[in-house]
Amino acid sequence: MRPVVALLLFASLTLAACQREERDTRPQSALGSGEQPTPVTTLEPGGQRPYPTDNKAASFEANAFHLSEGKRLFGWFNCSGCHANGGGGMGPALMDEKWIYGKSMESIHATIRDGRPNGMPSFRDKIPDDQIWELAAFVRSLSGNAPSSAAPSRNDDMMVHPSENRMPDAATLGKSP
Amino acid sequence: MKQATQLAAFCGDPACTDRPAAFRKHLGVLTATLLVCAPLLTAASEAPSTPAISPPAAAAPPDDGQWAMPAKNYASTRFSDLAEINEGNVKNLQVAFTFSTGVNKGQEAAPLVVGNTMYIVTPFPNVVYALDLSKPGAPMKWKYEPNPEPAAQGVACCDVVTRGAAFADGRIFFNTLDGHTIALDANSGQPIWNAHIANINIGETITMAPLVVKGKVLVGNSGGEMGVRGWVKALDAGDGHVVWTAYNTGPDKEVLIGPDFKPHYDMDKGKDLGVTTWPPEAWKIGGGNVWGWISYDPDLNLIFHGTGNPGPWNPDLRPGDNKWTSGIFARDPDTGAAKWFYQWTPHDLHDYDGINEQVLLDMKWQGKPRKVLVRPERNGYLYVLDRTTGEVLSAKPYGPVNSSKGVDLKTGRLIENPDKLTGTGKVVRDICPTASGLKDWQPSAFSPKTGLLYIPHNNLCMDEEGVEVNYIAGTPYVGMNVRMIPGPGGNRGAFTAWDIAAEKPAWSLKENFPVWSGAVVTAGDVVFYGTMEGWFKAVSAKTGDLLWQFKTSSGIIGQPITYRGPDGHQYVAILSGIGGWAGAIVSGDLDPRDATAALGFVNVMKDLKNATTAGGTLYVFRLP
Ligand code: HEC
Repeated sequence: MRPVVALLLFASLTLAACQREERDTRPQSALGSGEQPTPVTTLEPGGQRPYPTDNKAASFEANAFHLSEGKRLFGWFNCSGCHANGGGGMGPALMDEKWIYGKSMESIHATIRDGRPNGMPSFRDKIPDDQIWELAAFVRSLSGNAPSSAAPSRNDDMMVHPSENRMPDAATLGKSP
Repeated sequence: MKQATQLAAFCGDPACTDRPAAFRKHLGVLTATLLVCAPLLTAASEAPSTPAISPPAAAAPPDDGQWAMPAKNYASTRFSDLAEINEGNVKNLQVAFTFSTGVNKGQEAAPLVVGNTMYIVTPFPNVVYALDLSKPGAPMKWKYEPNPEPAAQGVACCDVVTRGAAFADGRIFFNTLDGHTIALDANSGQPIWNAHIANINIGETITMAPLVVKGKVLVGNSGGEMGVRGWVKALDAGDGHVVWTAYNTGPDKEVLIGPDFKPHYDMDKGKDLGVTTWPPEAWKIGGGNVWGWISYDPDLNLIFHGTGNPGPWNPDLRPGDNKWTSGIFARDPDTGAAKWFYQWTPHDLHDYDGINEQVLLDMKWQGKPRKVLVRPERNGYLYVLDRTTGEVLSAKPYGPVNSSKGVDLKTGRLIENPDKLTGTGKVVRDICPTASGLKDWQPSAFSPKTGLLYIPHNNLCMDEEGVEVNYIAGTPYVGMNVRMIPGPGGNRGAFTAWDIAAEKPAWSLKENFPVWSGAVVTAGDVVFYGTMEGWFKAVSAKTGDLLWQFKTSSGIIGQPITYRGPDGHQYVAILSGIGGWAGAIVSGDLDPRDATAALGFVNVMKDLKNATTAGGTLYVFRLP
């Protein structure tokens, strides 16, 4: 009996050590709807008020599975046609430190869902809400705004820029500010 | 036909890409001899008074000193008879006046001059300005703001450019990015009609300059990167109603192919090829757009227009010849009926749009007088076609080409290089020329005095990888990762004078950046063009020697013109303002770390941000 117990104990310990980030393949859509207001400016008469963050933003943001799904969807929904692999083209660059409409998960989610006036199409009803969050998380990784432990580490295609997990924060380009 | 295939081995002679001093000296002597012998030579030739190669008179009437359409005349020679500014005195040119267009995007348009007024149209938001040339400093006479939809900017593939307006019968006709053709009273700037003909929600925009022929305004759509089905329309110049629409894919009756259609080559013969040379339904999103130049031959009563690349760029999704993309149509301007077609690049693999300018000339070809059409094509060949039939008389590379191995003059077919076939999941390296072609839209100029065609062009190669792509209406339909690199020699641009009769370059100048501006040549034997650093240059039409240059405030990608001002003197005008596909890295503030930005162009233009900044300004020059 004893060796079996020991083995079981050993096995459970090893398995526990192997525990990885959860693959949240079906996040609960009930949490967070992305419908709360998202400011497009930091200018507010009298000073900025805090806005509630979206529950979904946090659950999608630093998650490797969602980030890699976001990378796949970025090509799938033709984002790459307009933004290339982040460097831009018909649409602006997404890997630089410049943001027109804000770099928060909520802002990027709103950009994709509702579109923006100077030529960003609205993907409402075309892309399921969860996938929009995945895209938003991936967009942030292009400018180094995702933990390197979670960001995609390789391309299946021609390498056209350093992989997302090696992307320096665009605001500082790796230098301390 | 003694030589069925013309091999793409370009220019063994180093003199044609690089002109060492010895060569230049040689040329100088040659020119001198030519000059001395000129009367003798003309006396000896059979037609003493007319030059050996000249545009048909009906398509290039005697110069009136105005500039009423971007190509100068229906033959598209961009040649001016004005000679006050010449090789000897051009070095004295001075700025007469300048004018800010107020738009920081690529200025590809040609200014127009009619009577005492200059007209310019800006990139999006497509403002039209009329400047009064009879008053000092050319003050604004009127301005017209069409207020196009801002969303159109997102579906314009390669910056939000326009290539200009056209003047006819007291009206200015121009197109807006969001798909309107508008007629203005040239005197007052009041709109006369406004026709909404293209839909941005399926990715259509309009960037070309219209051409007015026999009371019809000819306009085509852009959108070859968005899965847009290409067309050209004729609008009534009087009230803007659509007289005819010719599609460039689909069934014959929509392509306006009927009993009059007589293509020269077998590959273009058959029923409904615009459907059968595609996988089922693919022609509906197959490109073949008309966003470049149209020429018109009044004697033959034919218009000639090219057709853009097939969509998507990834060729695996569209096996077949993909008619009628990347080719050229001759059509009856009254009905749109097709007369002939020739396909430069069947089943295009590299985004070789076939929309460049066609220069109409009459010349002797192998002893016989021929009506020809000269086309420096995106795929790298300088084509001479018989414009009555579409037969290819000559197709020689005018720069480095390895994507194909020549043109088979028996079948008319481009001979693909099997080493450069693109496809899904395959990276193919060092393909020359690039997607932007050995030459893109930037129009060349022809001088009957020298018999030379002055070609502004690129010298670039690229790596390509086909990737999967979904069709979502109104979004890009490309399916290709592209990264461009400088071509052989490292100079990314060149300005080449091509001897049409001899089928070879007379001289060629290297430029650091692609030469994305048009050219103009004058009877004073001066050629003008601009560089992406912002230099506006005058070179000798005979030798290419640099005679004068002026640094403008931004990179030049516009079309120079020359005209006689109200004071009787000759002026030269150019819009400066970086942008366009090649300059999108600056005008769109793109990130050079992504090799595929701007469809791969950014990779080869990384240093442009350090060479120039955005800003649209008109410059006008004259002698002191
Ligand atoms: C048809 C071209 C096009 C497509 C397709 C497209 N975009 Fe955009 N995008 C634009 C343009 C143009 C803008 C700039 C809009 C503006 O300035 O108002 C933009 C803006 C954005 C922004 C805001 C950038 C900032 O600085 O605030 C983000 C984020 C973005 N797009 C992400 C995406 C994602 C993700 C997709 C795919 C689901 C996508 N885009 C698809 C053209 C496009």
